Amino acid sequence: MSVKQFRPGFDRGFHNLTFGLSMFVLLLLVAILAFLVMGSLPVLKSQGLSFFISSDWNPVTDVYGALPAIIQTLITAIIALVIGVPVSFGIAVFLTELAPVWVARPVGVAIEMLAAIPSIIYGMWGLFVFAPTFGTVIQRWTMANLAPIPVIGPVFASPPMGIGILTAGIILAIMIVPFITAMMRDVFTTVPAVLKESAYGLGCTRWEVVHRIVLPYCRAGTVGAVMLGLGRALGETMAVTFVIGNSHRLSASIMGPGATISSSIANEFVEADSKLHSSALVTLGLTLFVITFIVLAVARLFLLRLKKQSGH
Amino acid sequence: MLTTFKKSILGGAALLMAAGVFASAQATEISGAGATFPYPVYAKWAEAYEAKTGVKMNYQSIGSGGGIKQIKASTVDFGASDAPLTKEELDEAGLVQWPMIMGGVVPVVNIKGIKGGDVKLSGAVLADIYLGKITKWDDKAIADLNPDLKLPSEAISVVERSDGSGTTFNFTNYLAAVSPEWKDSIGVNKSVQWPVGVGGKGNEGVASYTKQIDGSIGYVEYAYALQNDLAYTQMKNKDGEFVSPTAASFAAAAANADWANAPGYYLILGNQPGAKSWPITAASFILVHKSQDNAKTAKDVLDFFDWSFKNGSDIADKLDYVSMPESVVDMVEKTWTADVKGSDGKKIW
Repeated sequence: MSVKQFRPGFDRGFHNLTFGLSMFVLLLLVAILAFLVMGSLPVLKSQGLSFFISSDWNPVTDVYGALPAIIQTLITAIIALVIGVPVSFGIAVFLTELAPVWVARPVGVAIEMLAAIPSIIYGMWGLFVFAPTFGTVIQRWTMANLAPIPVIGPVFASPPMGIGILTAGIILAIMIVPFITAMMRDVFTTVPAVLKESAYGLGCTRWEVVHRIVLPYCRAGTVGAVMLGLGRALGETMAVTFVIGNSHRLSASIMGPGATISSSIANEFVEADSKLHSSALVTLGLTLFVITFIVLAVARLFLLRLKKQSGH
Repeated sequence: MLTTFKKSILGGAALLMAAGVFASAQATEISGAGATFPYPVYAKWAEAYEAKTGVKMNYQSIGSGGGIKQIKASTVDFGASDAPLTKEELDEAGLVQWPMIMGGVVPVVNIKGIKGGDVKLSGAVLADIYLGKITKWDDKAIADLNPDLKLPSEAISVVERSDGSGTTFNFTNYLAAVSPEWKDSIGVNKSVQWPVGVGGKGNEGVASYTKQIDGSIGYVEYAYALQNDLAYTQMKNKDGEFVSPTAASFAAAAANADWANAPGYYLILGNQPGAKSWPITAASFILVHKSQDNAKTAKDVLDFFDWSFKNGSDIADKLDYVSMPESVVDMVEKTWTADVKGSDGKKIW
């Protein structure tokens, strides 16, 4: 009855159990992919590739084109990154390099709490608080001052509704900042103090330490943090559905209403009773899956190249 | 010691489970899913019915299309839809359909200084607004209908439903009836390819967008217009009269409905004749299977709707819905007797 006699069997059991659990994840991935591919077949058979390049989304005639949703998914995510990454970087640098403990602690906790807020709350806040302010203050200004400019004007032209692609991008930026910040802060703290101290000892400024020591040391982690934020921005559903204006049209204006892949699915899936309509929505899901996969793959490749360059 | 302890836990659990089974066998529960448009009144009916009979009615307002899907998959005892199925669709799926309650879809506007009923619109003008052909509130077509009203030279922001919806079905059905261009270029469906505007999710989404956007126009179920204090418009009906949305004008439109000659009760109440008829009146429908595996549950479901037909009109009135007239109720219950059978072929009603 001693523990030692019992152990080999237990070890094997534990191995098998954890192996089984890991295989289950793989199986799940394959099953989801299979479901998406099978669900996409009807619409891909009837429309072929025009599904991806047409901007007609018409449930009445049962013709579906995903181009606006795909493009607007990418645009909102890019807006979110352009705003979110520098802000997160700034906060993370401040928290790890500059802030005294009595500031860093509460701000750090606040960021973790922001990350825990459910996305629907951001959506509601965006719709009821942010959008009206954005519409009456910023959009009226852009309409009056930017819209009349010849070439870039149309990008900002839209009735001042406060709801649209740019609003969705900004809300997404606010949502991904806590994630990126928390992760960047964690990787920045892994930089050995001796490296930083040496740099300071050589007379480096704070910025030089961040730029030459911290960032190169944490390259992988920083890229990872940005990718995490991008992944979240691409897939975010409810908050975007609230503020993007839900219209399947390509518009030149980033102030105008649009629709992302996930917001279209959330809006239409329950009521899609024609076979092609629900198939079109599943195909949108597959497209998002592929886009996310490509983003991850590109990130991996990017990291590999960085590693090679730095000779690790 | 340990085994005795385990046994007693197991025994206790078994006892609890048995008690649970017993309790659920005692409390009757019926379930339905579908349209959001009649949800407020179904919920109130269910509450009153449970207080009276102890039978619990569970209704999930997941949307008309969802309701149709769920009843076809038999995951619920009844489905509810604002867009009726045609006779052929009913036969194909083995379903029985009947109208349960009526209400109105109401255009609502948000223009500074404009109160409910101030703005008068016609179907053709409404269609042109939603087609994007009329883009300013001071457009001549609108001014001609409102000679006494000074509307601002403000852009019209169109608000529509982004999700598939029976409300959209009835609204586009009306626009198609009054505008040939709408019929040809957009058509009628629970979701359509809107040429202009922003989409809100659900009646509440459209209501909140309309409330927030200056110069906007949207369409919601009447109760949502009241609850959100939105400015409704008057509409020119088929007889050329301007009417306001009220329970009375919905009822006037409903009174003209010829249910007796509508196979499978497929009838859409949009653009009905009559001087007092509200033009975008709509009925909401219930769907059950023709052949019922569980006769007792089927009877419970029909009992609930029978009670609601006969005792539910006060509740419906309070929520500004219109109950089905007695003649239609008689007709519907005859349909139950004729078409809803147990799997053994026996009558249920």
